[in-house]
Amino acid sequence: MRYGDQCALDDFSLSIDSVRCLALIGPSGGGKSTTLRLLAGLEKPTSGSIEINGMDIGQSEPERLAYRQRIGVVFQAYNLFPHFDALTNVALPLEKVHGYSRSESITKAEAMLDRFQLSDHRFKRPAELSGGQNQRVAIARALAPDPDIIFLDEPTSALDPEMTVEVLDAIERLIDAKKDLVIATHQMGFAKRAADRIAIIADGKLIETGPAAQIIENPQTPRARKFLGACLKF
Amino acid sequence: MTFRSLFFESNSDGARSASSLARGTSFALALLALSAVFFASFYVLQYQWNWSSIFRYKAKFIQGWLATLGISFVSLLFSFLVGALSTLCYRSRFLPLKYLSSLYVELIRGTPLLVQIFIFFYVVADAAGIQNRYLIGIAIMALFSGAYISEIFRAGIEGVGRSQLLSAKAIGFSEYQTFRYVIAPQALRSSLPALAGQTANLIKDSSLLSIIAISEFTLNAQEVNAITYSSFESFIPLALGYLVLTLPIMRLARILEKRLRFDT
Repeated sequence: MRYGDQCALDDFSLSIDSVRCLALIGPSGGGKSTTLRLLAGLEKPTSGSIEINGMDIGQSEPERLAYRQRIGVVFQAYNLFPHFDALTNVALPLEKVHGYSRSESITKAEAMLDRFQLSDHRFKRPAELSGGQNQRVAIARALAPDPDIIFLDEPTSALDPEMTVEVLDAIERLIDAKKDLVIATHQMGFAKRAADRIAIIADGKLIETGPAAQIIENPQTPRARKFLGACLKF
Repeated sequence: MTFRSLFFESNSDGARSASSLARGTSFALALLALSAVFFASFYVLQYQWNWSSIFRYKAKFIQGWLATLGISFVSLLFSFLVGALSTLCYRSRFLPLKYLSSLYVELIRGTPLLVQIFIFFYVVADAAGIQNRYLIGIAIMALFSGAYISEIFRAGIEGVGRSQLLSAKAIGFSEYQTFRYVIAPQALRSSLPALAGQTANLIKDSSLLSIIAISEFTLNAQEVNAITYSSFESFIPLALGYLVLTLPIMRLARILEKRLRFDT
């Protein structure tokens, strides 16, 4: 995957079967986010193809748009639209993209916000919510249309420890509810505990991949060992 | 009431505040100081004030003021249309439209309004056979202001954060939906102060239409001056008349700026 002169991902081949939750870990700038964005159909690979659940996610932009309408994405920050309140942020995609009527989308949105204990905040704008609340609304928005897969790009990296736990709890409940998840994260403990498989991505390459606990406790490659060693230092 | 609290803003918690009495007093003092300079100059010149003569022509002032108001209002509406159209063309993927818009904006913004008035009046309108000066004046102002408004809209649209576009993409919005629900509302809000400023500019710039004998406010004041030879008594009301139109607009802009701010 090239951006001009820079090669973000090189010679990348990842093949995974029967996974509920895949965690992507690795150093910043190593290609995690690029991988996630490619998997979410937000970017077009310079070369190669992406298949999920046996289906190519789309070579053309209209095909990728159709794919994106069946998945949910949560970013590190700035997910929500600042000029709408939380309820509208969740309900608008339901109405405009997924074809629900206005009242149906509002009902669904309210139910979703309630599930994340955000009912009291539903008329607040993102600027009036805390970071953790913002992220939970973003998760609610991603979850509301009942997507096939949810992608999370370092959802807790901009949050303090308390809010991080808040959001990770919410994500864990998604996994328990049998949602397929791909999450890029720095939270090693969470990756070990909640993910089925982990892929370590660094320097634009796939370093190692395997079952979650095994990768964290017993990394095989020197690069993986170096990264995990640094993570566990403090 | 200490000297400090009467004349200085207090600076608690980084928010500045002052009592109404303090604000009122200082405003009056500033106005007094400026007026003093003004009247001192006239005293030195030993100017003979002759207000009664222009009072006889107050109808001309009022008519002119109303004409300026009317021309400005209609031009404003059209300039918004022209500006919006121009911005849409600029953002179009169809290159000829994009360059048409870009040329239009650059030419208008790069030349003085006076020059545009001459070219439009003596060349274009004459060739097209348009007789009505008011129509010509409105067209000139609409085209002139439209270019500046186009730039304001463009800046507003490009100012919407990139992360918003990514977010819209992620939830499956089409390009049109992204524009309609994400970009346009925010672009409009952030453009409002600049748009208000441009409205005030349009009102003031319309004074140049006097050059082609359109009977608006400035021309009428000039005519009264020509009749009565009382230049200051003609032009001071002229200035005040424009202030009456522009001050509320600037005030509104300031209020809107405050009201529509939402931290990202």
